Amino acid sequence: MKTIEQTTDEILNLAATHFKYPRADLQPADDFYKKLGIDSLQALELLTRLENHFGVELPDYEVQGVSDFHTLATRIQARL
Amino acid sequence: MDDYNGKTLSWRLADGIVELVLDRPPANEIGLAMLEDLELFVSSLSALESKASAFILYSKQKAGFSAGADLRELYEQAQRMDASSAGKGVREFLERIHAVLNRLDTSPLTTIAAVHGVCFGGGFELALTCDLIIADKMARFCFPELRLGLIPGFGGIPRLKRDIGNAVVRDLLLTGRSINATKALSAGLVSQVAAEGEALRVARSTAVQTTKFDRATAAAAKRFIKPLPAEELRREIDIFSDLFTRPAVMEGLRRFVENAGPHPYLP
Repeated sequence: MKTIEQTTDEILNLAATHFKYPRADLQPADDFYKKLGIDSLQALELLTRLENHFGVELPDYEVQGVSDFHTLATRIQARL
Repeated sequence: MDDYNGKTLSWRLADGIVELVLDRPPANEIGLAMLEDLELFVSSLSALESKASAFILYSKQKAGFSAGADLRELYEQAQRMDASSAGKGVREFLERIHAVLNRLDTSPLTTIAAVHGVCFGGGFELALTCDLIIADKMARFCFPELRLGLIPGFGGIPRLKRDIGNAVVRDLLLTGRSINATKALSAGLVSQVAAEGEALRVARSTAVQTTKFDRATAAAAKRFIKPLPAEELRREIDIFSDLFTRPAVMEGLRRFVENAGPHPYLP
């Protein structure tokens, strides 16, 4: 079982790689919409990448309103 | 017409395979312009069918296969009419799109949708007319219509119910959630999942395989296994048209059109 820190770290790594953002500049509390400058379709793409990476399903309604990496990690952690 | 380049789509026939390419920015929203191009395509389909064995439907738009019906156009048109005229107008649109989708559904060709990115609402319903759906691993499928106070109107429920279990249809319909390609594969909705950017290549390879079989036999098998759910499709048009004129639907459409937030594709 991954810890919440590990899950958060993997999300940050994935976001940094995919959106070509310096990993060192991403923090768990960051608003990923603002920090990564992504739109709704890119957020959907991030959701799909996270589902594929962690092998979980994340229904939209569980992540609607979520905009920071840490909360996103808690939603994923609840399904691991 | 073996080749055509329209405002919202194009098609070409080569080596016994017809390829129909959706190409309307930003995400192949299906409004009047795409409907007219699709009508032109189905009017040419009989001639194409006489020279082809397989058909591939895909999108050139980076965002995905299709985000569904053009809700902005729908809202703006409804705003210009009284409720009765708006109801009549939407029914006419549905009758036309159903005629197109029913023709695609029952084509004797083996039909394949190569899907990437968003495949939502009416776009999902268009993909469901095909015999096989081959999905990029980044594809997402969704029926968001209940969020607007509507049901899918392009034949989605009857076609999905024909293809997979009722429980999965209810899950997608009643929660409005989107699912990824892996989930769609496990539900039986998708026949193959391809690596990122590879769905069209896999669809082409699958289409070539289907061209090896006797056409009359393949067409007979398809007629046998894939009946058109005509009665349910008719009822869907009635239900959608009845629901459409309610003030709650106009309010839902208005919220969607005016939404500048992070989830405009999920009203």
